[in-house]
Amino acid sequence: MHSVILDKDKCVGCTDCIKRCPTEAIRVRNGKAEITVERCIDCGLCIRVCRNNAKKAKTDPLSMIHDYKFKIAIPAPTLYTQFKGITDPNIILTGLKYLGFDDVFEVSKAAEIVTQETLKYIAEHDIAKPVLSSACPAIIRMIQIRFPSLIPNILPLISPKEAIARYVKTYFIHQGMKEEDIGVFFISPCAAKVTNSRYPQVINKSYVDGVISIKKIYMELQPLLKKIKEPEVLSMSTSKGIGWADSGGEGRATGFENYIAVDGIENVIQILEKVENGKLEDIDFIECLACVGGCLGGPLTVEDAFVASHRMEKLKKEMSKKNRKLRDIDLFSHPVKLTWDKPLKVKSVLTLDDDREKALEMMEQLEAIYERLPKIDCGSCGAPTCRALAEDIVCGKAHVEDCVFMLREKVRNMAKDMVILSEKLPPSIQKKGDNENDG
Amino acid sequence: MKLHYKVDGGAFTSAGFAAGQVKRTLRQLGISPEIIRKISIAMYEAEMNMVLHANGGNVDVELAKDYITVVLEDQGPGIEDIDRAMEVGYSTASQKVRSMGFGAGMGLPNMKRYADELTIDTKLGVGTRVELKVFI
Ligand SMILES: Nc1ncnc2c1ncn2[C@@H]1O[C@H](COP(=O)(O)OP(=O)(O)OP(=O)(O)O)[C@@H](O)[C@H]1O
Ligand code: SF4
Ligand SMILES: [Mg+2]
Repeated sequence: MHSVILDKDKCVGCTDCIKRCPTEAIRVRNGKAEITVERCIDCGLCIRVCRNNAKKAKTDPLSMIHDYKFKIAIPAPTLYTQFKGITDPNIILTGLKYLGFDDVFEVSKAAEIVTQETLKYIAEHDIAKPVLSSACPAIIRMIQIRFPSLIPNILPLISPKEAIARYVKTYFIHQGMKEEDIGVFFISPCAAKVTNSRYPQVINKSYVDGVISIKKIYMELQPLLKKIKEPEVLSMSTSKGIGWADSGGEGRATGFENYIAVDGIENVIQILEKVENGKLEDIDFIECLACVGGCLGGPLTVEDAFVASHRMEKLKKEMSKKNRKLRDIDLFSHPVKLTWDKPLKVKSVLTLDDDREKALEMMEQLEAIYERLPKIDCGSCGAPTCRALAEDIVCGKAHVEDCVFMLREKVRNMAKDMVILSEKLPPSIQKKGDNENDG
Repeated sequence: MKLHYKVDGGAFTSAGFAAGQVKRTLRQLGISPEIIRKISIAMYEAEMNMVLHANGGNVDVELAKDYITVVLEDQGPGIEDIDRAMEVGYSTASQKVRSMGFGAGMGLPNMKRYADELTIDTKLGVGTRVELKVFI
C-alpha cells in the first residue's frame, strides 16, 4: 500500500536512496533497489535523491478523466507556483478546463475551511500537547511507524484535499447529478497523497477518484496558458488558503502564536524525538511537512522549491488585492464531516517478532552480530547501516558474508587454513626428513 | 539482555544518543508505545543530567521479560541536597546552559513521574548513580 516504485532499468544499485530513507525501507539486492512495502511512507525523498531518476510514483494518467461524465479537477495550491510569470490562479484554473475538465475547485479554499475547523476542534477537545498537524500524510505514516506514542497528539481532521472533494461531490449530487458520474481528480505535488486517496487509513472512503501528478500535467498545461487572454473567474480562495502549500502556512493561517513549523523529513524526525522526550509540552501546535519547503518541494513538482516559494509570495500579494473578484458559487451550503472516521492504528513494522521472548533472543543475536561488523555504514552490503544489516541477518534476509569486510576476513582465514592444509602431505608421500618429530 | 553506552560530557548536541538507541531497540522488541515513552523520557533526562552536571558517565541497560532497568553512573560532583534537587524548578544550571533550553529543574521530577521505580545514590565529590525501572 504505497505509491513510490522503482524503474528497474534505470536503477544502477548505488547507495543514494538506501542511505537517506527515513524508515530504512530500501535495500539493494541483486544490484537493484528494493522497497519494503510495509515500511515505505511515500515521503518521496528517494525520488528526489536518485541521480538516475529510477524512482517514481504510481499516479493516474490524464486520460482517466474520460471514465467519468462530469470531470472535476481539484488542484493543490502548489500548482500555481510552477509557471514562470503567472501570478493569477485563474489562468491556471482556466487552463485545466482547456485540458478537458468540466469544472475546477481549489484545494486551497478547503484549506481555509479546515483552518476554521482546526481552531474549533482544538478549543472543544482536550488533545495532548503539542498538537501535531495531520496535513502531511507521509508524516502521519512516519508517526505511525516510528513515533506511535505521539498518535494521540495528531489533530484528527481530514486534509483540505479530502475536504474539497467531499464538498464538491455533495454539492453536485444535490444539483441532481449521479455520484458515479462525477470524477474528482487531485492534481498532486505529493506521492503520499496518492496513497492516502487510494488506501485511506482514517476515513472510510476517499471522495478523490484519481490523482494526477503536477509533473505529468505540467507538459500539457504549460503551452496552453500563453493562449489564455481572458481567464474565467474560477478562484475562490484567498492568500491564506494557498499559503498552506508553504512551510508554516497552516500555522500562520490559524493565527496560532505558539507554534513550530518544521519541514524536511530529517528535521521533522529531530523535532518528533524532542516531543517524544517530553521537551516541547509548552508548544501548542507543530506543523510537520516531510518535504523541504513543504508541499512546494513535493516530489512530483517541476519547479525548485525555493523558486516556488518566491512565486508563492508574489501570488499572495496579487491575491490580497482589494478589488480581486472571486467566483460566486454556494459550494459549502451542505455541511460535510471534517473529522476522521476512525482512529489511526499503531503499525509495528519495526518489530523483530511478535513474540516478545523470541524478539529478545533475536535482539541479543543482532547485538552480537553488530559487534563483529566494522560499523562504518558503507552500504556495500545493500543495507543502509551495519546495524540494519545485522537486523536483516537475524531476520533471515541477509548473510554475514554480504559485508565485504566479513567476506574478506573469511577468505583470509580460509587462505590461512589452505596453507596449513597444503603443508600436511599424506604420510605415503612424505619424504625423509619431513615431520621428523611426528613419528 | 544487556546494553552498554558511554556518554561523553559536554556534548549537548549529540546528547540523548543512548536514550535514542534504547528507544529504537524497544521498538524492535515490540514494547508498547506508552512504555517506550515512559522509558524514553526518564532515560533522556537522566542522560542529560549526566552530560550537563557530571561530565558524562556510563549507562547500563537491562532488558528483561517484564521490566527494563537503566543504571546511569557518573564520577561527577554529586548532588548536595537530593530533596531539593527533586523539587520542580530547582536547578543549579549555569546561565549558558539555560540559554540552550536546559535547566528548568524538570529532569528529576520527570524521572520520578515516568519511572516506576527511581533510586538515586549520590556522594559529594564521588559521583551519582541513578537507577530507573519500568515494568512492562
Ligand atoms: N548526575 C548529576 N550529578 C550532579 N548533579 C546533578 C545530577 N543530576 C542532577 N543534579 C543536580 O540536581 C539539579 C536538578 O536536576 P534536574 O534534572 O531536576 O534539573 P536540571 O537538570 O537543572 O534542569 P532540566 O533537567 O529541567 O534541564 C541539577 O540542577 C543539578 O544541580
Ligand atoms: S510535505 Fe506536502 S508534498 Fe511533501 S509529503 Fe507532505 S503533504 Fe506530500
Ligand atoms: Mg536535568
